[in-house]
Amino acid sequence: MKEVVIISGKGGTGKTSIVSALAGLGPKKVLADCDVDAADLHLILKPEVRETMQFISGELPEIDRDSCIECGECLEHCKFGAISEDFRVIKENCEGCGVCSFVCPAEAARMYPRHCGEWYISDTRFGTMVHASLGIGEENSGVLVTTVRKKAGALAEEQGAELVLVDGSPGVGCPVIASLTNADAALVVAEPTVSAEHDLHRVCELTEHFGIQTMAVINKSDINENISGSIEDYCRERKIPVLGRLPYDSGFTRAQIQKQNVLEFDPNGLGKTMHGVWGNMRKYLQI
Amino acid sequence: MQIAVASGKGGTGKTTITVNLATYLIERGENVQLVDCDVEEPNSHFFLDINFEAEEKQYVQVPEIDMDKCLGESCRKCIRECRFKALIWMVDQVMVFPELCHSCGLCKLVCPADAVGDSQREIGAMRRVKKDNLHIYGGLLRIGEAMAPPLIARVKEAARAEPKGTTILDCPPGTTCPVIESLQGADYVILVTEPTPFGLYDLQLAVQLMQKLHYPFGVVVNRQGMGGEQELDKYLRENDIQVLGRLPHTKEAAEAYSRGELLVDAFPEFREIYADIWERIKNKVSAEVPA
Repeated sequence: MKEVVIISGKGGTGKTSIVSALAGLGPKKVLADCDVDAADLHLILKPEVRETMQFISGELPEIDRDSCIECGECLEHCKFGAISEDFRVIKENCEGCGVCSFVCPAEAARMYPRHCGEWYISDTRFGTMVHASLGIGEENSGVLVTTVRKKAGALAEEQGAELVLVDGSPGVGCPVIASLTNADAALVVAEPTVSAEHDLHRVCELTEHFGIQTMAVINKSDINENISGSIEDYCRERKIPVLGRLPYDSGFTRAQIQKQNVLEFDPNGLGKTMHGVWGNMRKYLQI
Repeated sequence: MQIAVASGKGGTGKTTITVNLATYLIERGENVQLVDCDVEEPNSHFFLDINFEAEEKQYVQVPEIDMDKCLGESCRKCIRECRFKALIWMVDQVMVFPELCHSCGLCKLVCPADAVGDSQREIGAMRRVKKDNLHIYGGLLRIGEAMAPPLIARVKEAARAEPKGTTILDCPPGTTCPVIESLQGADYVILVTEPTPFGLYDLQLAVQLMQKLHYPFGVVVNRQGMGGEQELDKYLRENDIQVLGRLPHTKEAAEAYSRGELLVDAFPEFREIYADIWERIKNKVSAEVPA
């Protein structure tokens, strides 16, 4: 079984559209949406939720008003600005370190398990999907990503699926690192713009840092042929195979509006191109 | 006045709005501080024809254990208390995993033997450049570093120390910690969306975040005409959300963007839209924050 993570550095280059198309190609697979703070894959795959799990991660303090003596110890020691002047916990700033609880002489600050969101196992027309929704402004997205990936991997083993496709987040920080750790390969969705080219370099440095096999696909490639060319040069130098080029095409948006992937919406145009991308990907993954 | 530019979904046009709005204001003779809070993938400087002058490495504090003072395996208080599993007992000593440390300082507080000292972890660099009326601040997260918020906080601190006119905060995508850190102190938030179903879904998450954190906000619809407008407009109308402006979807604009060009310079009609957006924001902010 191989686990491939789709990332991009820059947001909005087409990760989710490409994952939803790859979902319809190749062998039996399990899908995982690890863009847990702005998950969109479900809008195309329309999952039927089979199981809902609560995501409890880390801890959150509560300050008991009756026992609080307003000494200010918690406020003084909190490094995250998570205690207000009137000794309330500002949840959005709290990292759950437990310092307030430790320094409180009145045992008024106590730590409780933190409910950060939900995650789901669902059925889709392309197979099982594991996905999640992080509570608004909640913490621990990295842990949630790891939870979703672990379950997707376990289900793939159970079902004898050959592939786990992971839809990643933009950036190079916590959730992206959590989605790449120990993955078999990364597929980077590039776009020929000065911004996305820079971001592609950063995300390829990250996959190299973690020693993960990297492939690329260039989306909207005709929007700037010069930069598309320079992306191909960059990939060649780094031995990153470019699996294909996709055109700047309204078909992606129109498919999205119909809640379809591009194979379903435009089988002879974008669909065919995606078949080519998958054919190349299969070779590199050796499945 | 501090204006944050945010969105749930990535790639909707936060940086486009930031740099074009900043340029519009500069060309009117105003002073602008542009703070690029996307330290993972900073892009705003590409559009402003600038090179960062100074780069200052940034560090966070992590523990270093003095094994001569450490009470040994029988104590292990620091290991037990650390919520981030950044300390473990390894053979005959406390081992620190600096990458997992949140710099909360609890290990130091709990140690009965004063054995926890200070070391550092590099998180990235802070950058700045001043060009006439425009001061730009940004950061670049070290590759492999997971935690963006401490670096974002440093960049914002540097900008706060040198106040200059209007501050525009270009936020990272999403709805979690890096965004929450970036938004702190904003008087008003511009939420940028595109009309697509993905754009709308993520806009709803961003709106929930604004409501939860009590930030006044309005929406800029980017790439109007791309498809999906009906559903978006229905949502905006039903939730009584103010639209600050709509920027048209054209291939020419996408091409100019790909080259790193400013739309207010390339297309006069965009300049007018930014002028309207700015008027609406000013009215909103002066109504919300009495002078």
